[in-house]
Amino acid sequence: MSFVSIRDLKVAFDGVRVLHGIDLDIGRGEAVGLVGESGCGKSVTWLAALGLLPGKARVTGSVRIEGRELIDARPGELESVRGARIAMIFQDPSSSLNPVHRVGRQITESLRLHRGLRGSAARAEAIRLLDMVGIPSAATRIDLYPHEFSGGQCQRVMIAMALAGRPDLLIADEPTTALDATIQAQILDLLSSIRRDTGMAMVFISHDLGAVSAVCDRASVMYAGRIVETDNVARLFGAPKHPYTRGLFDAIPDLNAGRARLVPVEGTVPDPRNLPQGCAFAPRCARATRFCTAYAPDLKLQAMGGKVACFHPDQSSEPMRETQVVVA
Amino acid sequence: MLRFTLAKIARAGLTILLVMTFAFIVLRMSGDPAQVLLGPDAPQDAVDAFRERWGLNDPLWQQYLAYLQQILNFDFGISMRDQSPAIDLVLERVPATLAITVPALILKVCIGIPAGVYAALHRDSIADRGVIMMSIFGFTIPSFVLALVLVLVFAVTLDWLPSGGQDTWRHAILPIATLSIGGIGILARFSRSAMIEVLGQPYIRTAMAKGLPWREVVWKHALPNAAIPIITLVGFMVGALIAGAVVVESIFSWPGVGRLIVVSVSNRDLAVVQCLLLVIAASMVLANLCVDFAYGLLDPRLRQKRTQ
Repeated sequence: MSFVSIRDLKVAFDGVRVLHGIDLDIGRGEAVGLVGESGCGKSVTWLAALGLLPGKARVTGSVRIEGRELIDARPGELESVRGARIAMIFQDPSSSLNPVHRVGRQITESLRLHRGLRGSAARAEAIRLLDMVGIPSAATRIDLYPHEFSGGQCQRVMIAMALAGRPDLLIADEPTTALDATIQAQILDLLSSIRRDTGMAMVFISHDLGAVSAVCDRASVMYAGRIVETDNVARLFGAPKHPYTRGLFDAIPDLNAGRARLVPVEGTVPDPRNLPQGCAFAPRCARATRFCTAYAPDLKLQAMGGKVACFHPDQSSEPMRETQVVVA
Repeated sequence: MLRFTLAKIARAGLTILLVMTFAFIVLRMSGDPAQVLLGPDAPQDAVDAFRERWGLNDPLWQQYLAYLQQILNFDFGISMRDQSPAIDLVLERVPATLAITVPALILKVCIGIPAGVYAALHRDSIADRGVIMMSIFGFTIPSFVLALVLVLVFAVTLDWLPSGGQDTWRHAILPIATLSIGGIGILARFSRSAMIEVLGQPYIRTAMAKGLPWREVVWKHALPNAAIPIITLVGFMVGALIAGAVVVESIFSWPGVGRLIVVSVSNRDLAVVQCLLLVIAASMVLANLCVDFAYGLLDPRLRQKRTQ
């Protein structure tokens, strides 16, 4: 049985559905990528799973952690999962830390909650964690406030705080998007090494395909609130089958192609209030037929492995081109 | 921190000086105290003697320098009307004013802030809408209208409370109610929006994702941040403790500072008005200073900017 299993997860805000039935399994120790454009529902999936969406969100479906249902669970039950079983780090590390509390206090708060550590024991452990995530002179900087750290260091503090509860799964929600490229690589490296050391599973939410290929075993591509393709990273990146996945790769600049033009995905993401009938990607898809605009495809197991939600998947087995992704 | 403190105090002093100067000039240009105090029928030689006695015939700059010199010697002048020291007249009114403004401030803080925070935590609920409606009601009704309505209901119709005067504690109830209702409305509305703003911040989501119970998220992570803007508004209210009840004191015949302002201004009792403005400016400036230091306690970002 997988550690976390999500079935038919649907989310609506004010009657507008933004997540249309997500199925996703995360095994113990596995690293899974979740890829897609802004607003496709990558983050909402996990915020909904942990009950972190605002009250106006309607969440249905099932999220089980080792068989325990989280949707509509009592607040106490959710609190015992958050931070302890599943921890989460966010896109904007500087504003994700409370500006009026010292970083040490924010970390020891987790240690108290999940491991019962207090006083000097908690402080020593917080210093150890800060040291582990690569904060220099952690023993003195533990008493600083978030605004005294750079963005990258704030993300390291966030990671230390997430690790404080010894979670089985870390949800990294675009952890490098707000950071400089060199810092991004450092954070990705840190996440990989922590995973090696602790055996923790990770869900890596990103629109950066390079980052996903660097840290994940498996990835799912999302479009307009649905998973459209899911496979292991090698196959997904080598021979994408869904036209949208292929479009994502074609939009990456190729360092070897000189000044060749990029191939953008034409059109824009559909408005969730006004989704097209049939496949949501059909209006932007070169392969779309009249059938595609009438019926929505299900996510189906493919002969060559992986799952694709498309009536006309790309069956060519050879890779489209050598993808030049910056790997950290 | 020392430099920050000294700069703040210097600015406070400058503000008070500006208020004093402005008041001095405007008062002397806006009417002749001799005419007002002695009446229109006073003989010319009495008026001349009065002017001579109070130095009103000297050039304005000479009067001003003399005034400044007096102030530096802590001499706040003599009332032209009853010849007693102006500062005594002002200070003897202060306790009466504070007797209604301080309880009103306590009510504003103790009702307004919790109501606003509660509304923010239960956004869009019936309680939230109730708080919004009551607060709009509270701060849109002018205090003189509210005062008259309260008098009409509780003094005239029900005959539960006296309509004016200062004889017993029951006389203070209507003035305090009038003073506090508007402030409760303003504070409730302001606290609500400050709290809603803070609850939408990413660090609140972080605190929840950490597994903190909601109560702790609110008390430890949301309220300390929401307190920063709320303190500003409370600071204004503290600054208005002495001068904020002019209208209410007049309506309820409450013998406080506000009534003294009205009487002395209409009598052109220069020394008393100047002394009043000085005390009022000082109390507001002092309240602002306190707010500045409170910011430092609440917000580490500001504290560090100051030490640099």
